[in-house]
Amino acid sequence: MTPVIKKTEAKTNGKPFKVIGQRVIRPDGVDKVTGRAQYGADVILPGLLYGKVLRSPHAHARILSIDTSAAEKLPGVKAVITGKDLKPAEDKVAKSGESSVNYSYLSQNVLAQDKVLYHGHPVAAVAATSIHIAEEALALIKVEYEVLPPVLNVLDAMKDDAPILLPNLRTKELGEVVSDKPTNIASHEQHARGDLAVGFAEADVIVEREFHTNTVHQGYIEPQNGTALWNADGQITVWTSTQGAWDQRRDLSEILHVPLSQIRVIPMEIGGGFGGKFPVYLEPLAALLSLKSGHRPVKMWMQRDEVLKATGPTSASVIRVKMGARKDGKITAAQAWLAYEAGAFPGSPVGAGMGVIFAPYKLDNVQIDGYDVVVNKPAAKAYRAPGGTNAAFAGETVIDELAEKLGMDPITFRRINAAKEGDRRADGPIYGRIGFIETLDAIEKHPHYHAPLPEPRAPYMKVGRGVACGFWYNWDGKSSASAVVNPDGTVSYLEGSTDIGGTRASLAMMLAETLGIHYEDVKPMVGDTQTVGYNDGTGGSRTTYGSGMAAYHLGKEIIREMKQRAAVLWEVPADDINVEGDVYSYGEKRITFKELCAKLDETGGPMSVSVSLDTKGAIPALATHVVDVEVDTETGKVNILRYTAAQDVGRAIHPSYVEGQIHGGVAQGIGWALNEEYYYDKDGHLMNASLLDYRMPTALDLPMIEAVIVEVPNPNHPFGVKGVGEVPIVPPAAAIANAIYRATGVRMTVLPMNPKNVLQALGKI
Amino acid sequence: MSNKVLVTATINDEERSFVCEPRQSLLEVLRDVLHLTGAKEGCNNGNCGACAVIMNGVLVNSCLVLGVEANGAAITTIEGITPKEGLHPLQQKFLEDAALQCGICTPGFIVAAKALLDKNPNPTEQEVRYWLAGNLCRCTGYDKIVRAVLDAAATLRAEKQAA
Ligand code: FES
Ligand code: FES
Repeated sequence: MTPVIKKTEAKTNGKPFKVIGQRVIRPDGVDKVTGRAQYGADVILPGLLYGKVLRSPHAHARILSIDTSAAEKLPGVKAVITGKDLKPAEDKVAKSGESSVNYSYLSQNVLAQDKVLYHGHPVAAVAATSIHIAEEALALIKVEYEVLPPVLNVLDAMKDDAPILLPNLRTKELGEVVSDKPTNIASHEQHARGDLAVGFAEADVIVEREFHTNTVHQGYIEPQNGTALWNADGQITVWTSTQGAWDQRRDLSEILHVPLSQIRVIPMEIGGGFGGKFPVYLEPLAALLSLKSGHRPVKMWMQRDEVLKATGPTSASVIRVKMGARKDGKITAAQAWLAYEAGAFPGSPVGAGMGVIFAPYKLDNVQIDGYDVVVNKPAAKAYRAPGGTNAAFAGETVIDELAEKLGMDPITFRRINAAKEGDRRADGPIYGRIGFIETLDAIEKHPHYHAPLPEPRAPYMKVGRGVACGFWYNWDGKSSASAVVNPDGTVSYLEGSTDIGGTRASLAMMLAETLGIHYEDVKPMVGDTQTVGYNDGTGGSRTTYGSGMAAYHLGKEIIREMKQRAAVLWEVPADDINVEGDVYSYGEKRITFKELCAKLDETGGPMSVSVSLDTKGAIPALATHVVDVEVDTETGKVNILRYTAAQDVGRAIHPSYVEGQIHGGVAQGIGWALNEEYYYDKDGHLMNASLLDYRMPTALDLPMIEAVIVEVPNPNHPFGVKGVGEVPIVPPAAAIANAIYRATGVRMTVLPMNPKNVLQALGKI
Repeated sequence: MSNKVLVTATINDEERSFVCEPRQSLLEVLRDVLHLTGAKEGCNNGNCGACAVIMNGVLVNSCLVLGVEANGAAITTIEGITPKEGLHPLQQKFLEDAALQCGICTPGFIVAAKALLDKNPNPTEQEVRYWLAGNLCRCTGYDKIVRAVLDAAATLRAEKQAA
């Protein structure tokens, strides 16, 4: 197999890269196209038991009693657990990924104690010798409930007389608890600067709108899974598909009350995550069942309806936006009010949404208020740029309307207000070297922006073009890695970031680039919590940044050691040895990396190095998208005709996987924009818990998506990386709404923009 | 429920016999009994295509076939698509075109695409999209998958012409 197939030009400071920018084959690729790769659900162990979860049929109820005796007697059943087997976890908050986690809530979410808070909330679990026996056993567990009225949307939940989900919850008002009144509002936060009244007084046009968006799911194709062995010596081993093995280890330690050192989390290959595979769901249950069944390994995986009912979707929201601008195009004031559903426990991404909503623009007078509100739906968890898509849908629709009212081109209007390096965001931080304007330029110059719209295929078909922009923070975080230098000139490289989309390749490329050696001579592998140092999870668009930084420093350490070896060989001071690419030299003496590797034995023996870093210096990602849509005004169906997304990525290490991230984010954004939503009946039952009824885009629903890579290097990273994965999902809903407006003259203010909602907006139903 | 049935099928050109319960799906048998874990479970009810296999020349979702129905059948799974040497052009093009990110959908796509190219060696983009609409991928937006299938089709046609 030829490893390198396409070359792209990539240069930094005029110096060409050798490896970075090439489209190399990923090292884990062959296993993945031959079906050999081992994902979490593929674990097979001697004596394996199968676990299943009994889930609440009610959205809100008190558990009066659970009788497991009949289930326990069923032949083949080895263990049954209920909330009683799970000692409550401490009511404390820790950082988890980009967000935070309260262990008491996390534990209650894993297995309900006295109350169930959503349809699908786990109430008991069983381990048996076959999955079918486990299922039969579930049917024998008798649970008595006192059904309570559910609260199913954010505005109802905020009412004074709303049923209360969590009796001990008190609102944190700008960080402080100021009232002892039970509530569903977990927090109210605010960012404010300047003077809104002055800003609106100065405005020539003002636009004010309210937006409603529905609950959507990450939709990874691999359901959650987990296999655990709680051994007789107290050691727990967990095999699972997780975005963060170390986060899992800490969560398991807190929930199970077992020291970290007794838990080993082995991250298996993972079938998508998008933020939703940070939290533990099944793993603690599998561990408890293993303990209770006499230390047998227990494997669990969810059915798709369980995934949809009970794993983290992202928030439905209500967002109000008011903005004013002068005739010359300057935005004079911007105000937003965001209320996000957290689901059953506090922790919606409203804080992130507050940061995203106006982030691309420099604003002098701004106020943003955000509310985190519990409702009887599954606990919201991170989903790609959490909270960003709905926020941008609101903000960027109003921006488009202002531009239209001022008679300005939407890109020109944005450029007038675009944030640059040194500008302060509404949520506080000052921008580093962002490339927002460069993405506006890229779209403005792109043939798509100037191409005539296709002729409508029928009189009732309308076509239109829309633009929207997006922001995401990007994250740096902690990364460790280690390496063994082999006598044959290769480097075995152990890193700890779960590889969800090709990061083994991009990280190996950065290590090879640093060492001046071939990509194929770096042999990467993902380690586990016992084999490599701590790594923050794969999220926040951090892996290529933070773990890439670790790869670079690991390379520098190897070079330092190799200089020592050359120094021994030539009996000269190590500091005087020159390194250029893979060549080490001193005066006339020269030796390549590979040749020096062959002399490890005679220059001091085997070589291994490791690094652990707390990286800093992430710079946000910005993007500009343009889309052409066709609206069937008879049926309300919207088709995507053409899509182009320009994004500042800092540096594209592996351009194909950068494009892939952009394609995937856009596709999810289109699904969110046009189809996807949770349907609950009035009692809080999820009515569309299947992939037939929760309809994600298929190959037939999408066109090719053009990804335009813009490179404004991050000066804080050795290769200029900024982070890629999340921002592509931020603009699509707004871009499509703006295109629908241009096609039909109707502003969409609800997601999804499915046939029913489009026809309603058109006044046809 | 232990009235198990002895089933014999040709799986990836090998005769395999297994005992299975009538309630076990072919997917369950492949994964849990025969340990052919290349077929993936994404939904277990026919909506994602991750479990696709070719049964008697027809593309099926193995989660919708009972294990006992496989008796006497010829079944090709992703494991059986890999040739003795190197990779099938579909596998090769999926790698070269970066048509996978997490890879959980990949076995299903490759099996489904093989079934398409067996019937139609020169599909249009639209035909590829239509055929693959039974397979969900949440990572790639399908762009690179569709390109990889079209590229593999071209390779296969060229190989055939050369032969
Ligand atoms: S697992 Fe068979 S179609 Fe999804
Ligand atoms: S590559 Fe992840 S679902 Fe397709």
